[in-house]
Amino acid sequence: MQTSRQKLRKSLTYYRTVSEIQGPLLFVEDVEGVKYGELAEITLPDGEVRRGQVLMVEKDKALLQVFEGTTGIDVPSTYLRFKGKGIEIDLSLEMLGRTFNGLGIPRDGGPAVIPEKRRDINGAPINPYARDYPNEFIQTGISSIDGLNTLVRGQKLPIFSGSGLPHNKVAAQIARQAKVLGSGEKFAVVFGAMGLTFEEADYFISEFKKTGAMGRTVLFLNLANEPAIERIATPRVVLTTAEYLAFDKDMHVLVILTDMTNYCEALRQVSAARKEVPGRRGYPGYLYTDLSTIYERAGRIKGKKGSITLIPILTMPEDDKTHPIPDLTGYITEGQIILSRSLHRKKIYPPVDVLPSLSRLKDKGIGKGKTREDHADLFNQLYAAYARGKEAQELAVILGEAALSDMDKLYYKFAEIFEERYIGQGEYENRSVTETLDLGWELLSMFPRGELKRIRPEYLDKYLPRFQKKNA
Amino acid sequence: MKEGRIVKIAGPLVVAEGLSGAKMYEVVYVGEERLMGEIVELKGDMAFIQVYEETGGLGPGDPVFPSGAPLSVELGPGLIESIFDGVERPLDAIREKVGDFIERGVQLPALNREKKWHFVPLKKVKDEVEGGDILGYVQETPLVKHYIMLHPEKSGVIEDIKEGDFTVTSTIAKIKTKDGEVYEAKMMQVWPVRKPRPYKEKLSPTIPMVTGQRVIDTFFPVAKGGTACVPGPFGSGKTVIQHQLAKWSDADIVVYIGCGERGNEMTDVLIEFPELKDPRSGKPLMNRTVLIANTSNMPVAAREASVYTGITIAEYFRDMGYTVALMADSTSRWAEAMREISGRLEEMPGEEGYPAYLASRVAEFYERAGRVKCLGKDNREGALTVIGAVSPPGGDLQDPVVQATLRVAKVFWSLEAKLAYSRHFPAINWLTSYSLYKDTVKEYFDEHVAKDFFDLSTESMRILEKEAELEEIVRLVGAESLSPSDQLLLEIARSIREDFLHQNAFHEVDTYASLKKQYLMLKNIIGWYKKASSLLSMGVDIKEIKQFDIWEKLARMKYYPESQLNELEKLLEEINNANIPSKT
Repeated sequence: MQTSRQKLRKSLTYYRTVSEIQGPLLFVEDVEGVKYGELAEITLPDGEVRRGQVLMVEKDKALLQVFEGTTGIDVPSTYLRFKGKGIEIDLSLEMLGRTFNGLGIPRDGGPAVIPEKRRDINGAPINPYARDYPNEFIQTGISSIDGLNTLVRGQKLPIFSGSGLPHNKVAAQIARQAKVLGSGEKFAVVFGAMGLTFEEADYFISEFKKTGAMGRTVLFLNLANEPAIERIATPRVVLTTAEYLAFDKDMHVLVILTDMTNYCEALRQVSAARKEVPGRRGYPGYLYTDLSTIYERAGRIKGKKGSITLIPILTMPEDDKTHPIPDLTGYITEGQIILSRSLHRKKIYPPVDVLPSLSRLKDKGIGKGKTREDHADLFNQLYAAYARGKEAQELAVILGEAALSDMDKLYYKFAEIFEERYIGQGEYENRSVTETLDLGWELLSMFPRGELKRIRPEYLDKYLPRFQKKNA
Repeated sequence: MKEGRIVKIAGPLVVAEGLSGAKMYEVVYVGEERLMGEIVELKGDMAFIQVYEETGGLGPGDPVFPSGAPLSVELGPGLIESIFDGVERPLDAIREKVGDFIERGVQLPALNREKKWHFVPLKKVKDEVEGGDILGYVQETPLVKHYIMLHPEKSGVIEDIKEGDFTVTSTIAKIKTKDGEVYEAKMMQVWPVRKPRPYKEKLSPTIPMVTGQRVIDTFFPVAKGGTACVPGPFGSGKTVIQHQLAKWSDADIVVYIGCGERGNEMTDVLIEFPELKDPRSGKPLMNRTVLIANTSNMPVAAREASVYTGITIAEYFRDMGYTVALMADSTSRWAEAMREISGRLEEMPGEEGYPAYLASRVAEFYERAGRVKCLGKDNREGALTVIGAVSPPGGDLQDPVVQATLRVAKVFWSLEAKLAYSRHFPAINWLTSYSLYKDTVKEYFDEHVAKDFFDLSTESMRILEKEAELEEIVRLVGAESLSPSDQLLLEIARSIREDFLHQNAFHEVDTYASLKKQYLMLKNIIGWYKKASSLLSMGVDIKEIKQFDIWEKLARMKYYPESQLNELEKLLEEINNANIPSKT
């Protein structure tokens, strides 16, 4: 690395050698000692200071992306200097309760953070050998998540949504209600908004304030009218803060990133300006790698008390799950919660589309000693029954309900009740996991015992009679 | 050789000048931190280097040091139970050295240099040996005897060899070669990853690799030394299948490559495998497993190298005469790494931006699988089975990586999102999947399971195909209007699907089914089909047949542990004795 003297000399060298400006990109010539990934401070003719990052260096030429956009930058009089380091953020416990912009600069009018630590926002990959497997059940109070797509500490579970769907409500409800059973450990929320409208951001802030959660929340906001390129740094700023709180300060951190679609579009904008060979739909070929360096920062580490649980939210363009953003996200994250427009139209909240939703880590977070012994069998049965009920509904559309066999009619009815009572619940309704499980049994008790093939006989003996009586 | 200077940095690609005499695929060390990289293109004096670590902080003018050698792996005792990154750096030792996060520029040897292994010679002084001959062995884990082989390119007469405790770099034997030189054989060999290890002869695979997964063993078996691919959209259970195969396959050695996938999946393997017992030996599964972990957030160039690192290690164990199973999850990430490097090299892109050489690279990789006669005088046989997961965007099988893979892999397990949504796991579509080994392994099944096993499997597949046809009709006119025999067939097909094909990987008993159990289960289902058909022809109503409790008993078959398989035989008796319910 560079010696401190080199660094000092460099940070005192100003370059007035901007040669070209193109979209969010800036080309500089005749530079010396510039490093890849380095941060630069750009001073505009009117004295405004912006920040840029080196994307490529070739001999004495450097290419920078300017976070705040290139509007107002000129060739002759703009000057810049290189800082000799990457983008860093100041970290301290005082950040809790504060609001920052997308680059980590206070936007609530408060003073700058007095740093306890200063870290590069890119972080370093967690050694897979150092990871601890996420297996602690998080109760969100939402049946369709707790019962069927269980969230565990250290998991990354995105919400795939579409425009007009209540993903923000769901995310706020999770942030409000999430808790680990039987523990009183330190808990924090780090919230990163990328390209959110003022109203949406305001909704979250007022929700956090209303429930008294603001004191344990750090907000990073990049609103829709703010520079798009800044969004490229936002998730990294958020996760660096989360890593500090989790692994330095032993807190259990819930990270919410919304909306990842805006992030990816900013990335595409830079890629297009660089004239890179585009991948699918114009997104850069390295989108998968780039997203993984964000998502994979969630997790637990052996011997550390804290954890990072990540809930990214993304709106699928045209509700298309095969669009590159949800597609690549799904390949990295440990499952996905998909919201359904048709359930939303039926006024069912939260409109979780149960069948394609999935939590990959649920098997380790449920069962005896965590939720209840019958949980795994129960959700398999619920899934299978609901899937068959949906099939019966499709069939009924073609043939008419009368053409269904008696058993299919029963499944048809089950699917309707299941959507209404199990998936559907109030925005402020906080169901315990026992309530969720019992509700599952209650609904399944409408079937004859022989149909419940996915549940072990001993559990059928133990639980089913209780609910069959209730029904009778 | 002279050291060079960096001219340009763009992501993982670094261009350097002044490296005269550098060769393609030579390893170089970049910058003062000495980040490891590999030369992927040469243009005059300019070398294009893919760097296996983050390149932030590098600048023009920084030095580049040549190593003179291609990217190679260390092979020897200490591989089993280890977890390496894509360029064979030991992740456990890295954690000890730099902590929980992987810092840059960490240089550590793959094999521990201090640890002593007990070497037992199997050859003696004056023995004539040739390349690949086994000199002796080290009991590496309770499950694995690690044979120490003579380097493939050496031969001669043993002058000195003795038993004792040695490190991997100490001399265990001295061999006088033809030209009179004395070669000091060590336990450790170094082999370039992009060069397949040699063997005497390739043989056709004829023995199935038993996986304990019913849909695979019974319908779409893979042979020892064969190749298989598992494409599917996310959430369809590729990784669970790969894990199941790594757990239950009857291979001697398992090499698992986590290529650009999730960190927690590797942790899962690391935590679970030491606790799971091999069904044959009762020893922990970890005792036969080597892990390569290059998770998605680790440097992309090392991801490109990871599949080569993994397969070279697998070939090394194959050369000892073992059957080795290699799982690569996922080869799409490997292809994407190629695409990313290719894009930075500004090569002309082929389909979907992938480099034009994608198909040939994929073929070369799968072609390293096979059943072989190993080097060495004893003519031992080894086999390397390669199973690659493919993650096509949106689950679209038109994807170039899938297409390139299908051209070379002989078994295709097609995963389907629709099955996964209804929680039918493994979500292998029984109509579109295929195995080209089905006929070659028939003999083995006839001999080791039962003569009618193959027929049962064919009969079941016929029923499932017929079901698919009938479903079209049901969709139009409803199930009630079908003939009784067709209605029975639908019920039997459902039983095959739900009671046989469906297998719960997380159920302690159901997770593994021996061939015998698979046979008995299928025999009962088909036996019941025959019996019920004859009852039908005797005039029993289909509604009454649906009332038999045999249906439920068939559904419970999968939960009988291997020690109670006689219960399944009893059920067959019951089926054969089933009679018309007495009318009251």
